[in-house]
Amino acid sequence: MNDAGVREQDVDRTYETLVKDATDGGYRLNPDAEFVKNLICGLLKNEQRYGYRACPCRLASGKKEEDLDIICPCDYRDSDLEEHGACYCALYVNEAIADGSRKVAPVPERRPPRSERGRKKDAAVRTITPGMAPIFSLSLPVWRCKVCGYLCAREQPPGICPICKAKKDRFERFA
Amino acid sequence: MVVEHVNGKNKGKVMLYALSTCGWCAKTKDLLRELGIAFDYTFVDLLEGMEQNEAMDQVEKFNQSGSFPTLVIDNRKSIVGFREKEIREAFGA
Repeated sequence: MNDAGVREQDVDRTYETLVKDATDGGYRLNPDAEFVKNLICGLLKNEQRYGYRACPCRLASGKKEEDLDIICPCDYRDSDLEEHGACYCALYVNEAIADGSRKVAPVPERRPPRSERGRKKDAAVRTITPGMAPIFSLSLPVWRCKVCGYLCAREQPPGICPICKAKKDRFERFA
Repeated sequence: MVVEHVNGKNKGKVMLYALSTCGWCAKTKDLLRELGIAFDYTFVDLLEGMEQNEAMDQVEKFNQSGSFPTLVIDNRKSIVGFREKEIREAFGA
């Protein structure tokens, strides 16, 4: 048990899982294993406190519906990887940083500030109402995983994203 | 608000708003210690209710995005994120 009240073996086990999941999904973790384990410790601490793995580098509200966008991997990971080569907390990095040919630089916060959050209410999972049908008619609604962008056409989003394993509540209606 | 004080050289009022779980906040705190500067810090995630709200209001005064770490020097200048070069320069190190 470390200072944060997280067991070392849980950190190590989670590290193994994250490395595997990242590799399977075409992502790379920060090459600094100690730094990554510290982040994982924060993730597990947040899981204890809030019941979900909120980003360790952001302040979670403790209300899951308000924090869905910052459950790791967060909704902003792919955009930050693209623009800055690392996600906000630098758990995930691009090839150049993973290989050590480039260094991580601070990533500016992409998440809207407190005052602007929730202004655009978009429920993560909406059930289909008749008025929502687009002009061009699709035989099924299309759902988008906000974590990895996976799209699927079916009555409801899948329970777990088959690509990145994000849960059902991370899907949005796309079409 | 629970504020911890770290002794060191007086370089004005130095306040670090941090999260207990954040790796970059830890690096910032380590750097300030390395520079031997006197500073105060608070872990905003460990504050509750009103106290946390008040701390966030303070952070947002200097850093609109409300992100961490936010380092406030003399209630005037702020450095957001672990910007090692900027932090060293701000303290003439």
